[in-house]
Amino acid sequence: MSHPTLEDAHAEPHIVGPKIYGLILLALLCLTALTTGIAFVNLGVFSPIVALAIATIKMVLVILFFMHVKYSSRLVKLTVGAGFFTFLVLITMTLSDYISRAWGLW
Amino acid sequence: MDSQTVAIRQQAEIEHHEHEHPPYLRHHFETVEQQKEAVSFGMWLFLLTEIMFFGGLFMAYLLYRNWYYDAFVSASNTLGIGLGTTNTAVLILSSFTMAMGVYCAEMRNKRGLLISLSATILLGLVFLGIKTIEYHEKYTEHHIPGASFSIEDFTHPTDKRDVALAPDMAQHAQIFFFLYFAMTGMHALHMIIGISILFALLYKASKDAYTKGHTSTIDNFGLYWHFVDIVWIFLFPLLYLISRHPLH
Repeated sequence: MSHPTLEDAHAEPHIVGPKIYGLILLALLCLTALTTGIAFVNLGVFSPIVALAIATIKMVLVILFFMHVKYSSRLVKLTVGAGFFTFLVLITMTLSDYISRAWGLW
Repeated sequence: MDSQTVAIRQQAEIEHHEHEHPPYLRHHFETVEQQKEAVSFGMWLFLLTEIMFFGGLFMAYLLYRNWYYDAFVSASNTLGIGLGTTNTAVLILSSFTMAMGVYCAEMRNKRGLLISLSATILLGLVFLGIKTIEYHEKYTEHHIPGASFSIEDFTHPTDKRDVALAPDMAQHAQIFFFLYFAMTGMHALHMIIGISILFALLYKASKDAYTKGHTSTIDNFGLYWHFVDIVWIFLFPLLYLISRHPLH
């Protein structure tokens, strides 16, 4: 396996074409229909999990293809990852604060 | 070498350098590629601050939905699912037209770029129009939190499938609507800012600003627009699809 070269770290000089954009558009619209339709099915405790999972898939498609991150440098990919990480810290640390102390006592 | 040869050589050098240093390459960057990368990186850092900005509201939503679930379900069911789904499709379509705009700029297709930017503006305005209708609905139904809020729809629901809430839980529906207006309102503000910038981009694009190799502005505005789309992609299921009545 060859060592990662300086070239790998750079963005591919790649122009994303209308075909890919069209496919992603179709996928996003289908997922939207799915998330609305499945809201009428009683999934109990899994309802929010399924809804968020579908939303996450849509977000990943937008980020990778519409925002070109799939074709971007490692720096940009790392930056996007850092954003997610920081958001997760916001959620988990705030939740752990509430859960460990006065959950629902307000 | 005579002076004419020197002059011709100097002219060739100048043209060669202009090719290497296009007018939009700032002097603190070595290459156009480096400049593009730096600008893109900066834009992503801004989007990260936006993630944290909306993140706070999402955290508040997460908490109160768990504490006052029944009120959130009842309140969410007063939102029109048809309009919400339509708006989601409208925004996704606008992300597509924006991405096509980036493609047109890269392919130096000025007419395509103008059409794409115009379509994005139009779809953005349609989104805001539908939002206005929805907000007005909330106003007439007395669901805007505050002095005019009425718990009647929640303590005595007209739809037989709806569960009647106790008055104190019904009051918590105000928290849902506060988050609804705060989150969709902040989102709408981002849309308005985006559409305003789009008008400016449309004008500059008509003057060939983005179809001569310098596509950074369009690329990075695209990033902003897609981000606003992603925020809505999460807002929609969280606000509109909490627990719709199962179809039998």
